Amino acid sequence: MSQRDAKQLYWRANIRIVAACLVVWFVVSFGFGILLSGPLDQIALFGVNLGFWFAQQGSILTFICVIFFYAWRMNRLDREHDVDED
Amino acid sequence: MELKLLTYLVVGASFVVYIGIAIWSKAKDTGDFYVAGKHVHPVANGMATAADWMSAASFISMAGLISFLGYDGSVYLMGWTGGYVLLALLLAPYLRKFGKFTVPEFIGERYDSRLARIVAVICLVFISFTYVAGQMRGVGIVFSRFLEVPIGVGLVIGMGIVFVYAVLGGMKGVTYTQIAQYCVLIFAYTVPAVFIALQITGTPIPQIAFGSTVQGDSLYLLQKLDEVVTALGFPAYTSGTKSTIDVFCITAALMIGTAGLPHVIVRFFTVPKVRDARYSAGWALLFIGLLYLTAPAVGSMARLNLTETIQIGEVGDPQGNLAYEDRPSWFRTWEATGLLQFQDYNDDGRIQYYNDQNPVFSQRAIGYGWRGNELRVDPDIMVLANPEIARLPQWVIALVAAGGIAAALSTAAGLLLVISAAVSHDLLKGVFAPGISERTELMAGRISAAFAILVAGLLGYYPPAFVAQVVAFAFGLAAASLFPAIFLGIFSKRINKQGAIAGMLVGLVFTYGYIEFYKGLFLQWLGAPWGEDIATSWLFGISPEGIGTIGMSLNLIAAIVVSRLTPAPSAEVEALVDRIRYPRIAE
Repeated sequence: MSQRDAKQLYWRANIRIVAACLVVWFVVSFGFGILLSGPLDQIALFGVNLGFWFAQQGSILTFICVIFFYAWRMNRLDREHDVDED
Repeated sequence: MELKLLTYLVVGASFVVYIGIAIWSKAKDTGDFYVAGKHVHPVANGMATAADWMSAASFISMAGLISFLGYDGSVYLMGWTGGYVLLALLLAPYLRKFGKFTVPEFIGERYDSRLARIVAVICLVFISFTYVAGQMRGVGIVFSRFLEVPIGVGLVIGMGIVFVYAVLGGMKGVTYTQIAQYCVLIFAYTVPAVFIALQITGTPIPQIAFGSTVQGDSLYLLQKLDEVVTALGFPAYTSGTKSTIDVFCITAALMIGTAGLPHVIVRFFTVPKVRDARYSAGWALLFIGLLYLTAPAVGSMARLNLTETIQIGEVGDPQGNLAYEDRPSWFRTWEATGLLQFQDYNDDGRIQYYNDQNPVFSQRAIGYGWRGNELRVDPDIMVLANPEIARLPQWVIALVAAGGIAAALSTAAGLLLVISAAVSHDLLKGVFAPGISERTELMAGRISAAFAILVAGLLGYYPPAFVAQVVAFAFGLAAASLFPAIFLGIFSKRINKQGAIAGMLVGLVFTYGYIEFYKGLFLQWLGAPWGEDIATSWLFGISPEGIGTIGMSLNLIAAIVVSRLTPAPSAEVEALVDRIRYPRIAE
């Protein structure tokens, strides 16, 4: 495999990880918290309507998890493709 | 001990800590001054970013805002946290790999264009000054409320403190003071929240209290709140009044704007490695989340508490409203500041607090003998009065004052620093006097920081019209100008300088024009605002706060189209993009 192909492989894998994380980011906030908040509000857990909960708590909690997952996965990808800094 | 003395002691002690840190972490070279020498630990940088990010508005006003907006307040919660996902995934690691000092510097080199760099500096200066003027105002207000000094005196004290550690320590000094400031502000925020949660639901953790039953009642907190507020004609707490498209666009504009704010981006230049930049964004959001997950709980509990304090019995029953004579002591305290105002329109000696803008309910209210809403509540009170409502000791009140000041100072310092770096590094060293020595540049950085503090202080004392529009203006511009230029510069090799400059100008002009048209910023002398700032007259029903989303889309379209029509960037630029995409190029 040429160096050029290897580099492209890394970049494509990077884009896939970013895209997957952004899908989660979009679904919990714009999806559950805004566009689908009406129907989700019909479901209430512990007295909190689900759409409202995603808008005020769930989305933030998910954002934190998404960034830590991304950092962990990307740092592994760097090592797999031998482009990490050490 | 007397409260005022205690507050002076606590706030004074926090200042001693900040100045001590500044002396210990004096900047020795431009690397220290602009990016803290790039050896800030990722967790420490996360904490500093959180303090940098959370302003006086986040600390004092946000919970109160949510308290009165209910679901609609979610735009701030999601908008001001979701931006970190974009920042972590799309910008921070690459800009760290780029490895220089400022955002305009990246734009200038990536697009191989001094003009692009200058456009970026102009955007940066506008965004940061708008933002910092609001912060300085916040510093003045916190001082005057808690320490009972005039706003001007408060401003001068705040400017003096920031002057010491920003001018002396640069980014290094600011970073380590911000860490201390984060600890002060998060402690000051959560202690009252825990006790309010205990008082209202019997659960000490505010986030869990959000889904708990109210003490002495079988109803859950939010159900009870919906019931209590709708009974007085207010919209239900858990459903909003804004249109879905507007909520969508405001949230998006705040998220993208957050990711495009230079003072936040530059924090990720200070960590040692690319992988640290990735984790550091996670830590930053975790630390921010501690406050942002507490705020909605505080907001809902404070709203319930306020409403039930006033409406003690059945709605409509003459005995159902609190007699003015019986008002609690925190009510008296905050009445004195003008944040709570009571006017007895129907002269019954009792307080009626209801939604007199609701036509159906106000008809019914007339039947009860009510003559209009008698209570005016400033949203800020929801955080400020919490310690007294929860009957906490006086040192907690003093702590809240120190927390509010910490929040305002840390954000102001971060903003002033990016302004000074843009002047000394991008304009002076980058454009006008490339030959100056390191020492001269460091001196220039210090002088421009000092000058920026003076301007910010003046803007805080004589707030111009645009300061009130911080949210629409700073975030809209950051979203519509800087974010797309940086994002495309990393993820597309085809975008060239013509495209980037066209994009930034289109985004900037459209977003600025829209906000000017409906809000009135700099052209009030020409009759602005020209449009009526209501939903039916907005473009597609999108408010000026959310228009940055459209501005950003126009920027992207313009940048891509213009780039297609003009020659591809040079091989050197392509090599630069490759260099920032790979943490290390494999041999």
